Amino acid sequence: MEIKRKERLETDILIIGGGTAGCYAALTIAVESPECSVIIAEKANIKRSGCLAAGVNAINAYIVEGRKPEDYVDYANKDADGIVREDLLLTMSEGLNRVTAKMENLGLVILKDENGKYVARGNRNIKINGENIKPIMADAVKKLSNVTVINQVNITDYIIENNEIAGAYGFSIEEDNTDGNLSGVAYEIRAKKVLCATGGASGLYKPNNPGFSRHKMWYPPFNTGAGYAMGINAGAEMTTFEMRFIALRCKDTIAPTGTIAQGVGAKQVNALGENYEGKYGITTSQRVYGTVKENLEGRGPCYLRTEGISEAQDDSLKKAYLNMAPSQTLKWIESGKNPSEQNVEIEGTEPYVVGGHTASGYWVDTNRETTLHGLYAAGDVAGGCPQKYVTGAMVEGEIAAKAMVAAIQSENKTLSEKSADEFDKKVAEYDAILQNTTATYSIEQLEEAMQKVMDTYAGGIGNHYQFNESQLALAEEKILKIQELAENVKAEDMHELMFAYELKERLTVCLTLIAHLRARKETRWHSFAENLDYPEKSDEWLKYVNTKKENGKIEVIFRDLVKRGETYEHSNR
Amino acid sequence: MSIVIDKNICKSCGRCLSVCPGSLIKKDTENKAFIKYPKDCWGCTSCIKECPFDAISFYLGADIGGMGSKMTVKQRDHYLDWNIEKTDGTVETIVIDKKESNKY
Ligand SMILES: Cc1cc2nc3c(=O)[nH]c(=O)nc-3n(C[C@H](O)[C@H](O)[C@H](O)COP(=O)(O)OP(=O)(O)OC[C@H]3O[C@@H](n4cnc5c(N)ncnc54)[C@H](O)[C@@H]3O)c2cc1C
Ligand code: SF4
Ligand code: SF4
Repeated sequence: MEIKRKERLETDILIIGGGTAGCYAALTIAVESPECSVIIAEKANIKRSGCLAAGVNAINAYIVEGRKPEDYVDYANKDADGIVREDLLLTMSEGLNRVTAKMENLGLVILKDENGKYVARGNRNIKINGENIKPIMADAVKKLSNVTVINQVNITDYIIENNEIAGAYGFSIEEDNTDGNLSGVAYEIRAKKVLCATGGASGLYKPNNPGFSRHKMWYPPFNTGAGYAMGINAGAEMTTFEMRFIALRCKDTIAPTGTIAQGVGAKQVNALGENYEGKYGITTSQRVYGTVKENLEGRGPCYLRTEGISEAQDDSLKKAYLNMAPSQTLKWIESGKNPSEQNVEIEGTEPYVVGGHTASGYWVDTNRETTLHGLYAAGDVAGGCPQKYVTGAMVEGEIAAKAMVAAIQSENKTLSEKSADEFDKKVAEYDAILQNTTATYSIEQLEEAMQKVMDTYAGGIGNHYQFNESQLALAEEKILKIQELAENVKAEDMHELMFAYELKERLTVCLTLIAHLRARKETRWHSFAENLDYPEKSDEWLKYVNTKKENGKIEVIFRDLVKRGETYEHSNR
Repeated sequence: MSIVIDKNICKSCGRCLSVCPGSLIKKDTENKAFIKYPKDCWGCTSCIKECPFDAISFYLGADIGGMGSKMTVKQRDHYLDWNIEKTDGTVETIVIDKKESNKY
C-alpha cells in the first residue's frame, strides 16, 4: 500500500477532533462569524465519536440554583488539593449554564420540576437523558454552511512555521479505490488558527481487562493522546500530567459508579460490610485510594452497597445504565441478580491522562491559547481546569472559538505559502510504514510492552498505583527503548497506519507523564500520584509542574499558582 | 467486549461502518458488514442502535463475566426497545423513552 493522493486544503480555522469541545466550537464560530470557514478533521465520525459515544448520565458541571460559579471553583480546587488554575476554572464555570441552555434548545432532554426548573442531582449536577447528546450536536454541526466535516481523517502532526501554527498533516483511514487499486490519501490542511480538541489519553497502562475485553475501559480507547503528543513534539508547554486520573468503576464492565452512589445513596463498603468512606476521605482520589487500601489490607473486595434498595430503584438503575453504559445492565440481567439483591463490586481503572477530570494538558491562557502561537486547546486535552466534564468542554470550545474569530478579524492575515517539501516528507514517512519489510515486532506487541512497563514501573493497577524514583527511572529507560522499536513497525493498510501513530502518540505521552511523576517530589494525591519515596505532601509543592520538550529533551518548568482573582496570560513565548 | 453481525440479516447499508467511534467495522468481499477488530470494541453500542435491520447484537466477553446472553436494540418512534436474550431462550425487554430523563 502507498499514498497516491495528496489533498491540500485551506480554511480559516481547523478543528482537530470533532468531539464535545470541537463540535461546540464549530457551533460557536457559526454564530460569531458565519463567513469564517471551518474544517473539522475527525478520526472517526462526528456522529458518535469520542467520550459521548454511548451517551452520558448527567450534566456533571452545572451551577444549580443558590450556587455561584465561585462555588464550583472552590469544589474543583479542593478536589485537586490546590493544583488548579482558578482563572480557567472561573471562566469555565461562568459558561456552564449558557451551554446547557443551548443544548436544551438543540433537543437535549433535561428533567424539570412542576415549575419548569431543572432538577438538581446533588450540588452540581442536573438530570438528563444523555443517550443521544452526541448525535444532537453532530446534526447541528452538519447543518452549518461554513463548516466542512472530514470524517475518518487521522491527524498526526502540526505544521509550524515561524513559531506559529499553520495547519496540520494527516491521512484518511479508509483506502481510496478510484482506479481499482487500493491506495492511501494524505492531507495537508492549512489554517490561520487551529483548535486542538482531541480528548485525553487512554491505553497507556495495562488495562483492567487485558485480554479479549482489553478495550472495555472507561475512557474511549480511541482517544490515544494525539493532541498531547503533537503539542509535546512541537514544543508546547504542558501542565500537571502527574495528576493522573483513575476512576472508581463497576468491576468488569468499568461502568461509572456515580449513578449508583448518588442515585440510590449507595455507600462504599468492604467485604466485612463496613463503610470505609469516612476513613480515607471523599475526594475523587481518596475514594480510589480507600478501595485500594481495603483490598491491600485483606478486606476486599469492595462494593457499593445496593442490597436492599427497592424494585423501582432497580428498574431506574437498569434504565439509567442503558443510556450510558449498557454493558452494566446486561451484566445485571445476565447474572439473574438485580442490584437490590447483590452489591456492586467496584475497582479502580488503569490511570489515564485526561484534563476534563484532572488538571493535565496544554498550558493555556484564559482564551485557551497554548504556548504555540495560534494553537488553541479545549476539553480533555487542555490543562489547569479539572472537573470540567461535558459542559466544561463545551464552554472551553466556545471560549477558544470566540478568541480565534477575534484574532482572525484583528490580524487580517493571509494563509502562509505552501511548502510542498514538508508535505512530501510527511507522506514519505507514512509510506515508509506502509511499505516496511523489516519490522520485527507488531504494533500490538509494542503496545502490550508499553502497557506492561507503565503498569510495573510507573504505578499501574498491578502496583496499586504506587511507584518510587528507581522505578520511574526504569520506566523511562524502557519506554525509550520501545519508542526506538516503534520507529520500525509495519502497517498493512491505512487503518493500521493509524494504529502505528496511536502507538507513537502514547509513547510520547508516557515519557512526559513519567517526567512529571518524577518532578513532583511529594504525594499530594493518593493513588493519582503516589510516590513512595515522598509519601507526604508539602506546601513547598503548591506550584505547577510543567514541561516542554526542547531539542528532544523534556525540560521541567515550575510555575507559581494562579490564585483567586489572578489571571495568567502568556508573555515572552 | 464485542459485537456480532448476522450476515444473513445485513443489507449492506453501511451505516454501522460510519458510526463506530473506532471505525472497527468494515465490509467483506460479499459487501456485508463485519467487525474487523473484535478485541478493539469499546462496547458503546453505537453500531447496534444505528442498524436499521437489527443485524447487530452485543455480548460481554467471558473474561469480564459474560454468560452468553445477547443484547439487541430496536428503535421505535422515540423509544428504544432493548432486548436481552439469555442462553435459555428467554428474552427480557427494557423500554427506554428517549424523551424521559434518567431518574438518577
Ligand atoms: C464513558 C464516559 C462517561 C462520561 N459521562 C459523563 C457524564 O455523565 N456527565 C458529564 O458531564 N461528563 C461525562 N463524561 C466526561 C465528558 O464526556 C468529557 O469530559 C468530554 O466529553 C470531553 O470532551 P472532548 O471534546 O475533550 O473529548 P471527546 O468528546 O472525546 O472528543 C475528542 C475527539 O477527537 C477525536 N480525535 C482524537 N484523536 C484524533 C486525531 N489524531 N485526529 C482527528 N481526530 C481525533 C476523537 O475521535 C473524538 O471525536 C464522561 C466521559 C466518559 C469517557
Ligand atoms: S459497540 Fe461501539 S466500538 Fe464496538 S463495534 Fe459497535 S460502534 Fe464500534
Ligand atoms: S447497519 Fe446493519 S444492515 Fe447496515 S451494513 Fe451495518 S449491519 Fe449491515
